[in-house]
Amino acid sequence: MNKPVKLSPKDFASDQEVRWCPGCGDYAILKGVQRTLAEIGADPATTVFVSGIGCSSRFPYYMATYGFHTIHGRAPAIATGIKLVNPKLDVWVITGDGDGLSIGGNHLLHALRRNVDLNIMLFNNEIYGLTKGQYSPTSEPGTRSPSTPYGSIDTPVSPCAFALGAKGRFIARTIDTHQKHLPDVLKRAHAHAGTSFIEIFQNCIVYNDGVFDDFAERSVRDERTIEVRHGEPLIFGTARDKGLRVDPTACRLTVVEIGKDGISESDILVHDETNPHLAQMLIEMRGPDFPVAIGVIHCIEGETYAEAYEAQTREILKKSGEPDFNSWIRRGHVWTVGKDGAHPEPAAE
Amino acid sequence: MDTSIPSSELEALDRVVVRFAGDSGDGIQLTGTQFASATALAGNDLATFPDYPAEIRAPAGTTFGVSAYQIQFGAGSVLTAGDEPDVLVALNPAALKVNLPAMREGALIIIDKGSFTPRNLQKAGFESNPLDDDTLTKYQVLALDISKLTLDAVDPFGLSKKEALRCKNMWTLGLMLWMFTRPRKPVIDWLTNKFAKNPVVRDANIAALNAGHAFGETAELGFHLPRYRIAPARVEPGEYRTVTGSQAIAWGIAAAGLKAGLKVFFGSYPITPASPILHELARMRMFNIETFQAEDEIAAICSAIGASYAGAIGVTSSSGPGIALKTEALGLAISVELPLVVINSQRGGPSTGLPTKTEQSDLYQAIFGRNGDAPMVVLAAATPGDCFDTAIEATRIALEHMVPVMLLTDGYIANAAEPWRIPDIDDIPPIANHKPAAGEITPPFNPFRRDPETLARPWVTPGMPELMHRIGGLEKSAETGNISYDPANHQKMTELRHEKVERVARFIPPQKVSHGDETGDLVVVGWGSTYGAIDQAVRLARSEGLKVSHIHLRHLFPLPANLGELLAGFDRVLVPELNMGQLATLLRDRYLLPVRQLNKVAGQPFKVREVLEAIHEAVAQDAPKAAE
Ligand code: SF4
Repeated sequence: MNKPVKLSPKDFASDQEVRWCPGCGDYAILKGVQRTLAEIGADPATTVFVSGIGCSSRFPYYMATYGFHTIHGRAPAIATGIKLVNPKLDVWVITGDGDGLSIGGNHLLHALRRNVDLNIMLFNNEIYGLTKGQYSPTSEPGTRSPSTPYGSIDTPVSPCAFALGAKGRFIARTIDTHQKHLPDVLKRAHAHAGTSFIEIFQNCIVYNDGVFDDFAERSVRDERTIEVRHGEPLIFGTARDKGLRVDPTACRLTVVEIGKDGISESDILVHDETNPHLAQMLIEMRGPDFPVAIGVIHCIEGETYAEAYEAQTREILKKSGEPDFNSWIRRGHVWTVGKDGAHPEPAAE
Repeated sequence: MDTSIPSSELEALDRVVVRFAGDSGDGIQLTGTQFASATALAGNDLATFPDYPAEIRAPAGTTFGVSAYQIQFGAGSVLTAGDEPDVLVALNPAALKVNLPAMREGALIIIDKGSFTPRNLQKAGFESNPLDDDTLTKYQVLALDISKLTLDAVDPFGLSKKEALRCKNMWTLGLMLWMFTRPRKPVIDWLTNKFAKNPVVRDANIAALNAGHAFGETAELGFHLPRYRIAPARVEPGEYRTVTGSQAIAWGIAAAGLKAGLKVFFGSYPITPASPILHELARMRMFNIETFQAEDEIAAICSAIGASYAGAIGVTSSSGPGIALKTEALGLAISVELPLVVINSQRGGPSTGLPTKTEQSDLYQAIFGRNGDAPMVVLAAATPGDCFDTAIEATRIALEHMVPVMLLTDGYIANAAEPWRIPDIDDIPPIANHKPAAGEITPPFNPFRRDPETLARPWVTPGMPELMHRIGGLEKSAETGNISYDPANHQKMTELRHEKVERVARFIPPQKVSHGDETGDLVVVGWGSTYGAIDQAVRLARSEGLKVSHIHLRHLFPLPANLGELLAGFDRVLVPELNMGQLATLLRDRYLLPVRQLNKVAGQPFKVREVLEAIHEAVAQDAPKAAE
């Protein structure tokens, strides 16, 4: 394939008019994705965006790549078929909290477990947008919505904890408007072989405005989030004066202040993205006592589904040699009837 | 075969129906298939009917745990497993209880009296031992202690009693092979292969088989053991084997992939009775076939749609309840106009219904069962061997017309075996598709630009340079392929999708009369696995001098272009179906004909007699006037 000249983010924008509500967090994500693809030198002809149903799932229409807007919740299954047939393609799945964790939870679970080489971006806005504002499986208890006028009562699912439980090998988080952070996370996800799962905190300005403001809003972001990086100490805060440690008396994280109680930077826990137990603890962190972890929380290498399949196929072909269909359908008992139409006597007993 | 036996000692038969029955744990299905295999090798035509419970290990000795395998074989053409068995092998009381009502007077019943213990009799619901009372006076009964004879035969191998008794089916098979002068060698070969890793079990089974055979040869029972010879059938020259519908479907799909020069991607979720297709294809990876056991029925079809989108032949397979789950995704495939083959091995419904029993009740589902105006091509296979050709035909239509195609089979032909003239892959014509050659289409392009003949859209797959585009389940503009909510455009696209499916009728062969003349008093119209019963009934009716013909449909949607004209040549139309009248509705609607129905939903195939009676009734009545 002739490599095109380096494309700009604009070259990844389709000619279709973008139809999200003005001010929707999806615009920022679209911009971030287009920038990422330009920066990694993606080829639009080998890039596919697959989505389900919901506001986020309109995403493929706005990309000048291949795109498939499918049915509610099923994008991971369709993307799996695409990737298995043509492993050379770069396959991105766009889903939301309703699409990916409610109606399509099963497919998300199995895509992660199988380690199909997909980049799954889950836009979490903790609400159903396209169907006009019902509570979603990630909504906080007590969420008032047209379908829960007295407040929701069920426990929400944590997308990243779900992904970890499904044996996801790449789990990351970012924020729609965090334009410095989002492309970096996407680049890591793209570079990772296997299923990459990215939860993006996305603001639905119409039905759930400001739901993540306590940590995602620009003015508090540095204080209330922690950008985790493999091999670096888990430090956060505007003054970078806070860090995470493991409480030696209980198996849990605590927030400590550097320079207080004799704590120095060297006492701070170093992020190890290969440690699923740490990942679990980082995922569970929420304000006001803890910062929200963003960045690549968990990443371990491993054989992808397609790699394992190809390796197995090579072995099978080595054993079978050049396959011959005519002999395949003649395995077992075969008998011949002669020209005269008469059957030969069967073998003597 | 013992050709040394003076033929005077052999009773020559034209055809015979044997039914093996026993507990699910008795290995009845294996016994039946091995007997069928030996029978095929002996040159008879044959048809089989495996009939087993839905439970994997139903409680031993109960009537609902009875497994049976019926086979009809003969010197002439055999198309059904037979109405009534001539010989019943009952390996326990429950098997006798369940199968006795199906036996004709005078039939031979071979019984393992060793299993007729008070406890087993009670479990089967016998108040007294039928061997002692007058239950069996109408039949010829051969009661042997097969359990004990088996234990004696395998005694030298040191098996536990439980293991030893599991050889009972081979002892019985040995006796039956002797009785019908079938060769033992194929069974011995099969045992040798199957138990290669367990020589003791292998040798015990072979010993049991030989002992059963020797028993027939030497038994001094004080009465004459019958022995039969059925002359080989005269059939077209060529190479033959036995094949089940599931095998033939799998091979047909594989052959279609080779003929199209494309990868086959088979996404499936286990379900009775469709799973054997998945199992066979899973072994055939070297033929560029990728099978994928999905997490559910929806993912199975969705992965296949993804595969088709990416340029492979997407295939999915299930049975009625699973097809119901795939419905929304089928709508997507219809809307984005991708090739797809969907196989439905029908079973008794509704809901979970009768998982292991046969029915033809998903025709409405296949033709109408989707939201929106969502037409799709529907085909049905008639016999196990026909599954091969129909699978190729389904794939050909999917690729050449860029449409999803539903292929219907059912539990009966999926499991039944018949002798099959093995085709040569080189004789099968190639299958074309709509992938553009490099540079054939240049941007800006409309993914819904259509072939003027078939109305198929181009199959542009990700990876093709310059032709990036977006498709989806929202309505698309006929002119650009972009999302369009325009009312006139939706009208146009809906009509185009209909027209595209209707046009398939221009490319399929005209309907032929399967048997009989092109005009007459009555035409019996069938589809699917009822082929054999209808064919036999029509032949019998014609031999009685009735002016009856048989038309059997492979193409159910769209119907063949000449079908209306053909039907007009007959005074009456009779449609026998294993449902409440689904094809009958279609034909009435399409041709405004007063169609008579014969409907059976008992989980069992038609008996020839049932169809013949319906023919008699139909011709006895006044020919109806044309529809008012
Ligand atoms: S409803 Fe919410 S999520 Fe949907 S487009 Fe509007 S702002 Fe965005």
